[in-house]
Amino acid sequence: MSRYPGQEARRKLGWWHAHRFLLLRRLSQLSVLGLFLLGPLAGVWILKGNLSSSLLLETIPLTDPLTLLQSLAAGHWPITTLWLGAAIVLAGYWLVGGRVFCSWVCPVNLIADAAAWLRGRLGLKGNGQFSRTTRYWLLAMVLVVPAVVGVMVWELVNPVSLVLRGLLFGMGAGWALLAAIFLFDLFVVERGWCGHLCPVGAFYGLVNRVGFVKIAANKRDQCSNCMDCYAVCPERQILRGPVHGAKRGFGPLIAAQECTNCGRCIDVCAEQVFEINVGFAIKAEKTENK
Amino acid sequence: MSRSRRQFLADMAKGACGVGLLGVGLGGVARQQAQAVPAQALRPPAALDETEFLGACVRCGLCVEACPYDTLKLARLFDPVTTGTPYFKARAVPCEMCDDIPCVVACPSGALDQQMTDIDQARMGVAVLIDHETCLNYLGLRCDVCYRVCPLIDKAITLELQHNQRTGKHAMFLPTVHSDICTGCGKCEHACVLEEAAIKVVPRQLAKGELGHHYRLGWEEKAKAGNKSLIGERLTLPTRKPEGL
Repeated sequence: MSRYPGQEARRKLGWWHAHRFLLLRRLSQLSVLGLFLLGPLAGVWILKGNLSSSLLLETIPLTDPLTLLQSLAAGHWPITTLWLGAAIVLAGYWLVGGRVFCSWVCPVNLIADAAAWLRGRLGLKGNGQFSRTTRYWLLAMVLVVPAVVGVMVWELVNPVSLVLRGLLFGMGAGWALLAAIFLFDLFVVERGWCGHLCPVGAFYGLVNRVGFVKIAANKRDQCSNCMDCYAVCPERQILRGPVHGAKRGFGPLIAAQECTNCGRCIDVCAEQVFEINVGFAIKAEKTENK
Repeated sequence: MSRSRRQFLADMAKGACGVGLLGVGLGGVARQQAQAVPAQALRPPAALDETEFLGACVRCGLCVEACPYDTLKLARLFDPVTTGTPYFKARAVPCEMCDDIPCVVACPSGALDQQMTDIDQARMGVAVLIDHETCLNYLGLRCDVCYRVCPLIDKAITLELQHNQRTGKHAMFLPTVHSDICTGCGKCEHACVLEEAAIKVVPRQLAKGELGHHYRLGWEEKAKAGNKSLIGERLTLPTRKPEGL
């Protein structure tokens, strides 16, 4: 069998050490799905609603801030519950890192990761060129079009809200959209959806501009250039500076707003180069495009 | 201009154009859907006007989960009703008009207006006896089911008597909806005994006509003016005769 990313780490540090963040992340993603599904399936209402807006333990409102912004753009001034819910969610992600939503909560990540994994296993190399900044254009579109037509247009097709809404209230043709994302990521563009297009991820990236929890390549002098971290990173362009840019004046902190704090680089690094860095208001750096 | 800079600008332009096209497409679909008002778009009680509603509803489904009767559904992708928004099919499960209106209380966004506390004020749609040709009462029979199940019986639906021309000696009891009182709960459509309901609930915009705002109804103006006609009681019309007769 050919060498796979993380093989070295698994041999040196043990299976658990080489998979812990991956497994914790899957646990977190499935827990979110499970807690929502527990209501309709078992009558235990811990989380009610879906990722657009929900009620935790019948008391605490939670709202996706981007949904609220879309509503505002469409010309509706929401009632206090929605504002409160959005503030709580925003504060939460702001503390742990904006794009923690993407890698620890969002159900589409399961689909995208599955596609990326299969792409690796099948050794698919062909990669359509696509700018990673497209998602910010999409985000702008998501907020501008409602201002023109008065309808939250993104919510017509948003796969991020569609997955849970579909599982809870009926998927319909939604499966086709999710399959399309899987195939797009598998055959057309590597990490195409989450890393290039998703405006929800782009929004949480902006939230991530200032964060308290970041990953840093603190022991980069131990790096053996095995490139395993590049192989697993969903946003590999952000690693270049912190891991290999010491001579060009880059600090070890992976400060880019695109980092999802998934921790997979920590998992697969046999030399234990990466560490979690907690500090006050670490400002994100602008990364090179692509 | 350096190659990377040119590449960067080209990428930007590509991104902007692609996204712009997508935006125009989505916007067009959304606009058309909002203006067309699909006949299936029966909204929960206290919903804002359709166009406002589509900008206010966050598609969270809390109203659906609050409904004790499984009346409400969320529209799925490519359904005629806008994706993710709540609606109900009166023929399948009508609104039971709960006194505490749990769906409205659950709404976090204000798309269902919490100012409304009396369910009788709900205007989810309006019932229309859409097919006179199959309605049993119009055939001269006494079905009356839609009238009997109406939560606002004798107010929202009344039976109006009319001579039965066919038999020459019976009366027809015609179910008649009064749109100023009908809440659009859909119990009549649900209960209609026909294979396909003759009475149906549709969004109010589809069912209601609208008088010209300058229209005045003579008999109402007369009553307002203390039973005095605004124009003279009798009109003197000019005599039109060929001259010389």
